[in-house]
Amino acid sequence: MFEFKTKTKQLAIALTLLGAILWVVGFALNGSSSHDAGHGHDAHLTEEVHIDARYDAHAEEAHDDHSYGLHTEEADEYPGEAHASMIAAYGSDQVNEVHDTHAEEAHADHIDNSEDTYHTEGHNAHDSHAAHQIANRPWSALYVAAIFFFGLGIGQLFFLGIQYVAQAGWSAGLLRLMEAQSFTIIAPLLVIAILSILGFGHVHHMFHWMAEGIHIDGHDNFDPIIAGKRGFLNPTFFTIRILVYIGGWVWAAKTLRKYSLMSDTGDGVLMWKKNRGVAAAFTVFYAVTSSTSAWDFIMSIDAHWFSTLFGWYTFSGMFVSSFAALIFLTLYMKGQGLMEWVNENHLHDLGKFMFAFSVFWTYLWFSQFVLIWYANIPEEVTYYMQRFEQYKVPFFTMLVLNFVLPVLAVLSRPAKRIPGTVVMAAVFVLVGHYMDHYVMIMPGTVGSHYGFGLVELGPILFFAGLHIYVVLSSVAKAPLLHKNHPMITESKNFHQ
Amino acid sequence: MSMGHTKHNPIVRALFNDDDIVLNAVKDLRSNGYHISEVYSPFPIHGLDEVMGLKRTRLSTAAFFYGLTGLFFCSWLTWYTMISDWPQNIGGKPNEYWALNMPSFIPVMFELTVFFAAHLMCWSYFAVNKLYPGAKAQNPDPRTTDDHFLMEVELEGEEADLTKKLQELGALEISKVEA
Repeated sequence: MFEFKTKTKQLAIALTLLGAILWVVGFALNGSSSHDAGHGHDAHLTEEVHIDARYDAHAEEAHDDHSYGLHTEEADEYPGEAHASMIAAYGSDQVNEVHDTHAEEAHADHIDNSEDTYHTEGHNAHDSHAAHQIANRPWSALYVAAIFFFGLGIGQLFFLGIQYVAQAGWSAGLLRLMEAQSFTIIAPLLVIAILSILGFGHVHHMFHWMAEGIHIDGHDNFDPIIAGKRGFLNPTFFTIRILVYIGGWVWAAKTLRKYSLMSDTGDGVLMWKKNRGVAAAFTVFYAVTSSTSAWDFIMSIDAHWFSTLFGWYTFSGMFVSSFAALIFLTLYMKGQGLMEWVNENHLHDLGKFMFAFSVFWTYLWFSQFVLIWYANIPEEVTYYMQRFEQYKVPFFTMLVLNFVLPVLAVLSRPAKRIPGTVVMAAVFVLVGHYMDHYVMIMPGTVGSHYGFGLVELGPILFFAGLHIYVVLSSVAKAPLLHKNHPMITESKNFHQ
Repeated sequence: MSMGHTKHNPIVRALFNDDDIVLNAVKDLRSNGYHISEVYSPFPIHGLDEVMGLKRTRLSTAAFFYGLTGLFFCSWLTWYTMISDWPQNIGGKPNEYWALNMPSFIPVMFELTVFFAAHLMCWSYFAVNKLYPGAKAQNPDPRTTDDHFLMEVELEGEEADLTKKLQELGALEISKVEA
């Protein structure tokens, strides 16, 4: 039985409070410094606005040209060309210049061809757009951390479900840790829900589709593409979906835990069978909601863009980072001198899962990227253009952290059985997937106004503290050994 | 597996009909100081390499470098055939130099990495085990390809002691071969 010592408890609470304070301070500073930037670095800000405007121009072209069939000569001529050179630009400065000229022409043409009134309106819209992006940063930073830590919980909840559905034996001795870790979905989900409500109230502007009048023809904010998606992206249905997700997932986490605890004093086989039923239902539910929640939570930020495998991509990232967190938890328990039935064979399997899903994530990342890159359709390719240009450093760093380094660290068999190398790979994966979520969310909410400061660090500490507190207090509430699990002996004798 | 042993003791062969019994016999004999030179089995026995004290195979390390060879070979192949020798323009993709067009080559780079690793691993395995078309079977008793297990123990000390020990451990047939 694990004892959650007062000192550890205080540490976790201190981390949470410190994170909250840092975020609040960062939030206050963010407001003031953005005004300074506006006055002090006019040229700089104008440039940023210009870059953002380019993406907007392209998005507008995209729907002019493709979605609505409003063919003009220019529209027919340049978008493909401009995009072709743009996507080539990541390797070549020379091409980059060509692309810039094209982009500027594109933008200029667009404005020139418009009515004068539209011109002014468009310009104002860009200015307020930049102000919104600066104001969005603390909210987005909070959101990135919430999504990341939610992933650590939901990944293990799904993995716990798989153990029952697949009737796995090797993992029986680790189930209590998975149960504890799956409770960590609750706090991030509440933050995600609150942030959506604030979005409906226009407190922040992370979700462009939540803007006022976006679906009303003739309104200043009218956006025909988003209006076409109104059936799915509307506040009522969105709220219902979030409630359904929270309900289904939290129910599964609580019920799996309940029967697991009941088996300690009762019939292990019966409780295992009940849990298998719960897990089967949850697995099917999660198969659908993992995709839809990824669309809702993340993909709807770039509401013009879509990718059919985005749900699996997000899921695989969450799944692999949850293994990294479970490895930390397992080794922490071993470090406390507990769980003598868990040995390097179990660590080997956890390492294999982390390795395999790191490769799986890369596979999905590449599948999503290469089709968009190859097809070069303007409305799709804008998503990667922004990441290749504005987010070059985090974008490529996270690819190395999530694929190259874990593969090299735990490719060989002995490396997966040594705590040191597995922990090293787990650190790469955790940092890498925080950055992956960052690169998924930030470009659509803050554009070029991104960075890593108090507002980013605060939420990480806040959720890390909460995560540690929730996991360790849940672990401390029950014996670590699931002693009446029908396959507990198999788990103890497991070797490979 | 007896490679590196300079002294050549006579070999005692013992036949068993159960993998668990073989596993226990190997453990028991080795703890009594005997050297097991080989075990023949119709299927892989889980944990046998460990109790026999065999060194881990280096095939996986070799596989890593075979894969790397494939990766480099493919990088060269795509560069030479698609960029350098006869530049190919497919779908208007940039092809001024290799890295620009690299994403299109990733599938084939992956395939050749796997191809090189798999094929060279197979060939290495055959070479190390002296398996080639027309090779003579190294199996002392054909029943070990069906439902029996054969263990070769190097004889140390009195033959009667070892025979008795093997009988206690569940051997069905015991025979001695001069080295």
